[in-house]
Amino acid sequence: MIVVKGLSKQFKGQTVLNGIDLTVQPGEVVAIIGPSGSGKTTFLRCLNLLETPDAGQIQIGAISIDANRPLGGQQSAIRRLRQQAGFVFQNFNLFPHRTALENVIEGPVIVKKTPRDQAIALGRKLMAKVGLAGKEDAYPRRLSGGQQQRVAIARALAMEPEVILFDEPTSALDPELVGEVLATIRGLAEEKRTMIIVTHEMSFARDVANRVIFFDKGVIVEQGEAKALFAAPKEERTRQFLRKFLGTAASE
Amino acid sequence: MIPESLQLVVDSTPFLLKGAGYTVLLSVGGMFFGLVLGFALALMRLSKILPLDWLARIYVSFFRGTPLLVQLFVIYFGMPQIGIELDPIPASLIGLSLNMAAYICEILRAAISSIDRGQWEAAASIGMTRTQAMRRAILPQALRTALPPLGNSFISLVKDTALAATIQVPELFRQAQLITARTFEVFTMYLAVAVIYWILCSILAHFQNRMEARVNQHDQEH
Repeated sequence: MIVVKGLSKQFKGQTVLNGIDLTVQPGEVVAIIGPSGSGKTTFLRCLNLLETPDAGQIQIGAISIDANRPLGGQQSAIRRLRQQAGFVFQNFNLFPHRTALENVIEGPVIVKKTPRDQAIALGRKLMAKVGLAGKEDAYPRRLSGGQQQRVAIARALAMEPEVILFDEPTSALDPELVGEVLATIRGLAEEKRTMIIVTHEMSFARDVANRVIFFDKGVIVEQGEAKALFAAPKEERTRQFLRKFLGTAASE
Repeated sequence: MIPESLQLVVDSTPFLLKGAGYTVLLSVGGMFFGLVLGFALALMRLSKILPLDWLARIYVSFFRGTPLLVQLFVIYFGMPQIGIELDPIPASLIGLSLNMAAYICEILRAAISSIDRGQWEAAASIGMTRTQAMRRAILPQALRTALPPLGNSFISLVKDTALAATIQVPELFRQAQLITARTFEVFTMYLAVAVIYWILCSILAHFQNRMEARVNQHDQEH
C-alpha cells in the first residue's frame, strides 16, 4: 500500500505541489492526467525522492519517509524505498554500455546482492515477459524506442517492487511504437500489479486504470473511477482539459 | 663521417636505454599518480561541499597556470630551504604527478558532467548509492569520453619528462646531454633521442587506439 500525506514542493518560490494526499491500495492501477506544468510528473518523482519534497510523508509498503525532517539522515531508508518503487522514465534511461539483460540484472546483482546466475534466470524470464526473448545480448542502441522502454520495464520489475511508477512512458516514442509498450503495461495491470502512471494516453488510462486522478496547478482537482471520470467529470477544469484531448463528444 | 656517428649511437645505446627506462618510469608513474589524484580532485570539483570545490579549483588553476619547469624547480631546488630535501627522481615524479593531476581533474570532471542526469536517476531509481551509481553507471561511460584527451595528456607527459633533465634526473634527454658533452656529436645524438621519444609515443598512441576501440564496443553491430 502507498500512503502519501501533505506532499508539498516549491520551485524557486513557486508552488508545484500543494499538500497532496493519496492512498493507493495493493493491486490498484492509478492514472494521473493533467496539463503540462500541473505538477503530475513532479509528484511522481517525489514519490521515490528523485525530486526532494519540501514537506509531507511518503509510505510505500513498510518504508516511510518524512520530508518534514531532514532527508540527509534518511538516505538508507530512501534507497530501500526506491527498491520498493520501480520507476520507468519517459526517456527510458537504460545504461547504454550494458546489454539489455545486463540492464535488467544490474539492480538485483549490485543492489540486492542476488547471486548472478539467479539474477540472470530472473532477467531472462522478465525479458520474455516483456516480449523481448532473444534480445538479451543487444545493446540499447540497437533496440527501437519501444523495445528500450520494455527493457526499462523489465529492469524495474527485476527489483520485485511494491509499486511501479511510470512517467509518461510513451511520450518519447514514435506513434507506431506506443502500442507495444501500452500492451506490456496492460499485461502488468492484469496481473494486479500496483502501478501509478502519469500519462497523456487518455483512452489507455480509461481502459487500464482503476482510478484516474486529474492534477492541475499542484493540486488534485478531481479523482474517481476511471470510466466514470471520463464519462462524467464533475469539475469544470477537468471538463475543459478532457474536451481538448478527446474532442467535445466525451464531455457530453 | 656518417658511419662514425652511427657507431656512436650504437655505443651509446646502453646509456640511452637506461635513460629511456627512467623516461618510462616517470611517464607511467606520473600518469598513475596523476590519475589517482586527478580523480580525487574531480570528485572534489563535483562535490556539493563548496570548500572542496574551491580547493580543487585553486589547485587546478595553480598547476595549469604555472610552467611545469618552474614547479619542478620549486620542488627540487626550493623545498630544501623549508627542510624538505628530495632526490631528483622522487622530486620529478612528484612534480609531474601534481601537474598531470590538474589536467586529468578537468578531463574527468568534464567527462563525468557530460553524462546525462537520467543515468544518475536510473541508477538511483533501482536503489543504488551514489558510489555504486558512479562506479557502475557513470564512470564506464565517462571514461569512454575521457579516453582520447587522457591519451593526449599521457603523450604530452612522456615528452614533458624531458624537463626532469634540468633537475639531474638521468632520463633519456639528460643521457643525450651527457654524451654530447663528451663527444660533441650533437646532431646524431639528439636526433636518436628524438626518434626514441617518437617510438615511445607511437606505442602509446597505438594502445590508446586499441583501448578506444574496446570501450566503443557497445556501439558496434551485434
